[in-house]
Amino acid sequence: MTGFEVIQNTLVVCMHVVGLAMLLCTWRLLRGPTVPDRILALDTLSITAIAELMLFGMYLNSAIYFEAALIIAMLGFGSTVVLSKFVLRRDIVE
Amino acid sequence: MITAIQIGLSIVLLFGCFFILVGALGLVKLSTFFKRLHAPTKASTLGVGCVLASSVAYHIFLGEDPQPRELLITVFLFITSPISAHLMAKAALSLLMETRPSLPGNERAEEEQLPPPEPVREQSLEGTDETFTANDTTR
Repeated sequence: MTGFEVIQNTLVVCMHVVGLAMLLCTWRLLRGPTVPDRILALDTLSITAIAELMLFGMYLNSAIYFEAALIIAMLGFGSTVVLSKFVLRRDIVE
Repeated sequence: MITAIQIGLSIVLLFGCFFILVGALGLVKLSTFFKRLHAPTKASTLGVGCVLASSVAYHIFLGEDPQPRELLITVFLFITSPISAHLMAKAALSLLMETRPSLPGNERAEEEQLPPPEPVREQSLEGTDETFTANDTTR
């Protein structure tokens, strides 16, 4: 087993593990008893989606997925801030 | 040499994915919201940090396009994850304040069918009023 096969197999295993983590976050997002639980699950889901995209870019050996991961990071942070602000004040733009 | 780099990158990747899975498990298994808030911060710092660092090393050593652009995402996540965690904790606290717990000692008074304890501030105000009037009459 060469080193290239080792890292390709490791990438496949890591993508499955991160996909399992995304499923767990989706479960908490759908079930969550309170609203901040759902916001936290959405934030964690965006972060794990970044990790999954970077792993997929390494697996295909292309740098295209970097832009998608950066956009997911920025939109995830913005949505978390806006949703928390809405829960806090019942108003976004004061 | 390249084989050693590939095996080292595999170990770093497995470490990061383990922490991402631990963060998601903590998000599911822990009991209250503030305990749940504690778990995914480990996933966002350690797990995604390890994955992005190994991605930088992969594209530098093994790919054709050696530019450390993934460090942008790492820096962005490290800056923004405490801010979002702080805002979520503030939102949960504001929801918690709506259901305010009863005053201490109230449940026992209800069991013994006593009248609820009078607020302290009104008593002190009345006392000060009486002393003022008493002083006025003596003068």
